[in-house]
Amino acid sequence: MWEMIVSELTQAMQELARSFAHILPRIIVVVIMAFVGWVVAYFLKVLLRSILRLIKFDKLSENAGASQLLAKAALPSATDLLCRFVFWVAWLGIILLGVRALDIAGLQEQIAKFFLFLPRLFVALLIIFFGLLGATFLSRAALLAAVNANFPSSRLLSVSIRTIIIIFVLSMAFEEVGVAEQTMLVAFGIAFGATMLGLAIAFGTGGKDLARQFLEKRLLRGTSKDEGKEDDLSPL
Amino acid sequence: MTEVKLAEESFLTDDFLRQLIDVGEVDILVGVPTHNNAKTIGSVVETIQAGILKYFPRERAAIINADGGSRDGTPELIVSAAIGDAGRSSKVYALRTLHSISTQYATTPARGTALRTILATAELLRAKACAVISPESTQITADWLTTVLRPTYAEQFDLVLPTYSRHKFDGLLLTNLLYPMTRALYGLRIREPYALDFAFSGRLGSQFLAQNAWHDETAQAGSETQFTLTAITGGYRICQSYLGSKEHVERRSADLVPAMRQTVGPLFSSLEPHFSLWTSRTGSQPVPTTGPEQEFTREPLRVNRKRLREMFLIGVAELESVFQSILSPSTLAELQEISRLEEGLFRYSAELWVKTVYEFAAAYHKTVISRDHIIQALAPLFRGRAATFLVENRNGSADDVEHNIETLCLEFERMKPYLLEKWNGRE
Repeated sequence: MWEMIVSELTQAMQELARSFAHILPRIIVVVIMAFVGWVVAYFLKVLLRSILRLIKFDKLSENAGASQLLAKAALPSATDLLCRFVFWVAWLGIILLGVRALDIAGLQEQIAKFFLFLPRLFVALLIIFFGLLGATFLSRAALLAAVNANFPSSRLLSVSIRTIIIIFVLSMAFEEVGVAEQTMLVAFGIAFGATMLGLAIAFGTGGKDLARQFLEKRLLRGTSKDEGKEDDLSPL
Repeated sequence: MTEVKLAEESFLTDDFLRQLIDVGEVDILVGVPTHNNAKTIGSVVETIQAGILKYFPRERAAIINADGGSRDGTPELIVSAAIGDAGRSSKVYALRTLHSISTQYATTPARGTALRTILATAELLRAKACAVISPESTQITADWLTTVLRPTYAEQFDLVLPTYSRHKFDGLLLTNLLYPMTRALYGLRIREPYALDFAFSGRLGSQFLAQNAWHDETAQAGSETQFTLTAITGGYRICQSYLGSKEHVERRSADLVPAMRQTVGPLFSSLEPHFSLWTSRTGSQPVPTTGPEQEFTREPLRVNRKRLREMFLIGVAELESVFQSILSPSTLAELQEISRLEEGLFRYSAELWVKTVYEFAAAYHKTVISRDHIIQALAPLFRGRAATFLVENRNGSADDVEHNIETLCLEFERMKPYLLEKWNGRE
């Protein structure tokens, strides 16, 4: 009886040792991959930082208004953030390649999904970046045009344009990564529709005199008695 | 050069080229860029014809109209303007044929393309002296032709710019920015760097035609200012001729932003390629001038100073985020400080104005934001400066106004190192 127990224990220990011997090289491979991955990711990070500094990416990000948003959220600069993102994606990607060597059932599929998701995440980030760039440019253009045309509530107009574009860009980005696709679409539709309806009602009722003046000025040019009363100055 | 000529020939329409071949070579060419100018063009063309008959009867001459898609029959009026009428009124008859040709360069007006058409025509016809006359110059007299063309035709000047008799508050952008800054940068006292009535030599015309980026629409904006700047920076011989009173067919106070795009934009743009030139020049020199440099009239003029100041205040308040990218914190703080002053105490000083303009020029060079946005952002601040100029010169005589402009010019010259400092600064 005792001999049987010892034999079973020995066998179990041997199997455990065999399994351990079987998995140990793979774990070593994962550790090596993690180390190599860290080196590669760090190299990529340094390289990317140099390139971004060369092309003055922080300035571009500042112009896009992204830097201001990051500062408000107490996040590092755009260059730093992008470098960190690339570092972690690269390191995690290489570690996952190493993890594949462990041959754990089901993990392969998840890793494949992760690698398929990466390009979509990258595209979503691009959409957000260029969207912010476009939103800043167009809202600034509207602000300048409104101020020079002596349009009341110039800043409100500018902020509205910026908000609408950012909502639109975020919905596009979420759709790209496949997160809450339907919810975002419906939310965007409701927010956009409500804004437009609100503006139409506000302009039609609250600003009916303004609307009348605007239309008279546009459509009855030359017949208005007040035309030309501002001043006779010519800049050139 | 041959390639350039071929390019210009292909830019002109076949029909127009055929008409030019019939004309052959000319001595004098007068270009008239138009767009819906039927109200004024008849009298302007008749006066041009009378001027050519009176002062250049032995020269081969042509009037070229570059039209931007007029729908009121402007080109027909030019072509049909009977030379007989001009001859009878001036009692002088041409010894050679005076050609009048019209071409439509596009269906929408573009001043740059109109000037390009006139320059290309002048080059093809090997004109010795060319003048460009604005179709809105209703005060034109026959004497204008000899006043602008003679220095080029007989005295080998390359560019003849006009000086006018203006109301003391007319052309505030010229007196408060273009003239003082051009003078401070390039050292020449040119009163009208943006001219619509001027004359040039074939040499200068060909040079400008060859070097300008005609296919770039933004580069075409303000081609008249660019033309003057090309002559200045190229070391061409420039003079000024007094033409008399300057009247505006339509006074457009609301057109400040387009006016700034046509003038301030090219001036700021010229700083980059000519860095070594403007940094090496100090002080300024007068250019040869026939007649007075500038005359100011004082007839009553409807001016809304309050509105100018209000638009300045709105600009400073609403565009703070834009100004933070362009101006230094100290300049912005000073602007905000004067915007808080009561109407009676409001004053946008010459020194602060010069600092503002130079910081805008440096920001334009560094493209801190879109360059067009930088130009647009300057407009509300210019209104503030204009309001101060109007108050300071409200009861001033012509001499007082001239003295104040001279003081501003000297301030631009004195603070030129400040521009260099901002230009080279990191932010």
